Amino acid sequence: MAVARLAAQEQYNYAIIKWFVIMALVWGVLGMFTGVYIGFELAWPALNLDIPQITFGRLRPVHTTLVIFGFGGSALFATSYYVVQRTCQVRLFSDVMASFTFWGWQASVALSAIGYMNGYTEAREYAEMVWPVDLLIAVTWVVYLFIYVMTLRQRSQPHIYVANWFYVAFILATAILHIFNNMEVPVSLFSLKSYSLHAGVQDAMTQWWYGHNAVGFFLTAAFLGMMYYFVPKQAGRPVYSYRLSIIHFWALIFLYMWVGAHHLHWTALPDWTSTLAATFSIMLLLPSWGGMINGIMTLSGAWDKLRTDPVLRFLIVALSFYGMSTFEGPLMSLKSVNALSHYTDWTIGHVHSGALGWVAMISIGSFYHLVPRLWETKMWSSRLIFIHFWLATIGIVFYISSMWVAGIGQGLMLRAFDDYGNLAYTFVETVQFLFTPYVVRGLGGVFFVSGMLLMALNVAMTIRQSYRERAALDAKLAAKFASA
Amino acid sequence: MKHETIETNAGWLIVLTLLVISVAGLVEIVPLYFIDETVEKVEVNGLETVRPYTPLELAGRDIYQREGCYLCHSQMIRPFRDEKLRYGHYSLAAESKYDHPFQWGSKRTGPDLARVGGKYSNEWHVQHLTAPRSVVKESIMPNYPWLLTTDLAYGDIAAKMHALNKVGVPYSKTKQEYDNNVHRFGKEVAQELDIYAAEDNLVSQAEAKNYDGDRNNVSEMDALVAYLQVLGTMVDFGKFEDGHFAKLR
Repeated sequence: MAVARLAAQEQYNYAIIKWFVIMALVWGVLGMFTGVYIGFELAWPALNLDIPQITFGRLRPVHTTLVIFGFGGSALFATSYYVVQRTCQVRLFSDVMASFTFWGWQASVALSAIGYMNGYTEAREYAEMVWPVDLLIAVTWVVYLFIYVMTLRQRSQPHIYVANWFYVAFILATAILHIFNNMEVPVSLFSLKSYSLHAGVQDAMTQWWYGHNAVGFFLTAAFLGMMYYFVPKQAGRPVYSYRLSIIHFWALIFLYMWVGAHHLHWTALPDWTSTLAATFSIMLLLPSWGGMINGIMTLSGAWDKLRTDPVLRFLIVALSFYGMSTFEGPLMSLKSVNALSHYTDWTIGHVHSGALGWVAMISIGSFYHLVPRLWETKMWSSRLIFIHFWLATIGIVFYISSMWVAGIGQGLMLRAFDDYGNLAYTFVETVQFLFTPYVVRGLGGVFFVSGMLLMALNVAMTIRQSYRERAALDAKLAAKFASA
Repeated sequence: MKHETIETNAGWLIVLTLLVISVAGLVEIVPLYFIDETVEKVEVNGLETVRPYTPLELAGRDIYQREGCYLCHSQMIRPFRDEKLRYGHYSLAAESKYDHPFQWGSKRTGPDLARVGGKYSNEWHVQHLTAPRSVVKESIMPNYPWLLTTDLAYGDIAAKMHALNKVGVPYSKTKQEYDNNVHRFGKEVAQELDIYAAEDNLVSQAEAKNYDGDRNNVSEMDALVAYLQVLGTMVDFGKFEDGHFAKLR
């Protein structure tokens, strides 16, 4: 066993994966902490402190960028580089290029965040990066695609494992979305300001085509790739249905691209476009649940492991939240439901049941599987993993239930009329109503980020333990050679 | 073709994936550029009333984006009874046709701003932006005191209009473009859209309207209030019969 592991260290490029794992945790803690802070700013606006850099409007893109691209992106680089090497049984195509993707990506995330705090933004949600950062991301991404494909081509297995299909689709789609959505004209070569090539209704459509597929490919397809490797590995069972994985892969990547316009129901976007998007959103339920069923049923025959294995718990709860939020999504894409839910906190709750429940939980579970293998030791504390699991789960429940109350409550208040046909509430009365849900939501965030801190501690101690074990082993060997 | 062919050949996997993910964008996005009814024509007496922003309004819009206002305020009124009572006539596509990028927003932590122009006085806006809770006690908006104390940096305003000209906003840099604007928007508006007069126009609008209450400077507050005061004011719905725009939906 020890020999095989050491061989793996030689055969594969694990160093790059370790770096991405560490940065995912750093961005995760920072980004989620930012989220908690701005959540409380909405309850107590005094927390804005009259400091421009930390007002809600500037920190909100910092939060989304750090968690989606910093935490999520680094987790995807880490796991995709691990999965492609293990399933192809070949080393990454180029170590230098892999390091380039690391530095390119980390620089993009850091520069974006610093830029937003200082007012440099493109003002399009989830694509706020200024044009030089857009270019850096584009170059990094092309190199990533190149490494990935070249590694696949050099595989020593005839088949490309299913996890890689999802990663490939994610890399390709993200490239297309990023490039077409960020077509812009800079004010000058020395100005960070640029203007989008599209305007008004076309800009809105392009932006939400991008925005929803950032969810569909960045936050879903790619994490399904993660699921297809780490769930069977951790459960010690093969994927439930091979046929289902084929069908739901092609259906998912085809259907997702259509649904972005459900963010634009009842707007000045033509009806035909948003109706088309709603229709495809409902169809999307099928492949989404196909993936969920395939993941959860992989556990059949090994359900008892849930009782003892905290890592498996993260993975299975992640899939449950995936199933729940991919049911809620089509529901909210119905025009009649959307009329109430749009513009309210229900949307925020929905995003977080996906982002915390699915994306973060599956990443956390995968990391607890991955870290001991990368650093060749056991996790420092499995008790802490259990505690983390409960902190995370309770945090999510607080979060999404308070946002249901906030969103549905505000939606109903805004459309309420009195007996004379006048509006029953002013806007600011609905804002007052949101105070309690905002505080509960913030508490949920505190739970979740505390879990992340425990994880960071656990991983740091595991790494330290790994170095100590290695040092002890080296000393033993040296003593043996000396006495021989 | 058997699925095994795709699974054993990275080239096939990539080509087919690209095809499958390209369909939707081609069907949903591309036609929006070619179907004429997508953006309504709004003309009164042969002149277009939806015009590009003046230099000062444009500078204000950039501040609006810098501060992330779009994250809490939408600019898109939906055709519902409560929204009509609260905010006014539903938004037309034409009203954001010069918005690069669009600022429709996705969340109303604060109220919609699509027709906030003219709803409150300049003094109210200045007071509200500086200290929102001094006007609306229950507000959760951050204070923006620095807008009033920061001079507007407008040295690059012509360059900004130049860039917008490149993406299709009719700011004029040639005589022909200027004449075109006179024809489309009338002389008064055309002069505001002249890139070469950008700085003069900006300063004279700030001085004439004196949005921030201080005539001696052009502050960021001047620009932002100028922008807020023009929102939703370009279409005079009184000039069109009921249902005129509904036909296009």
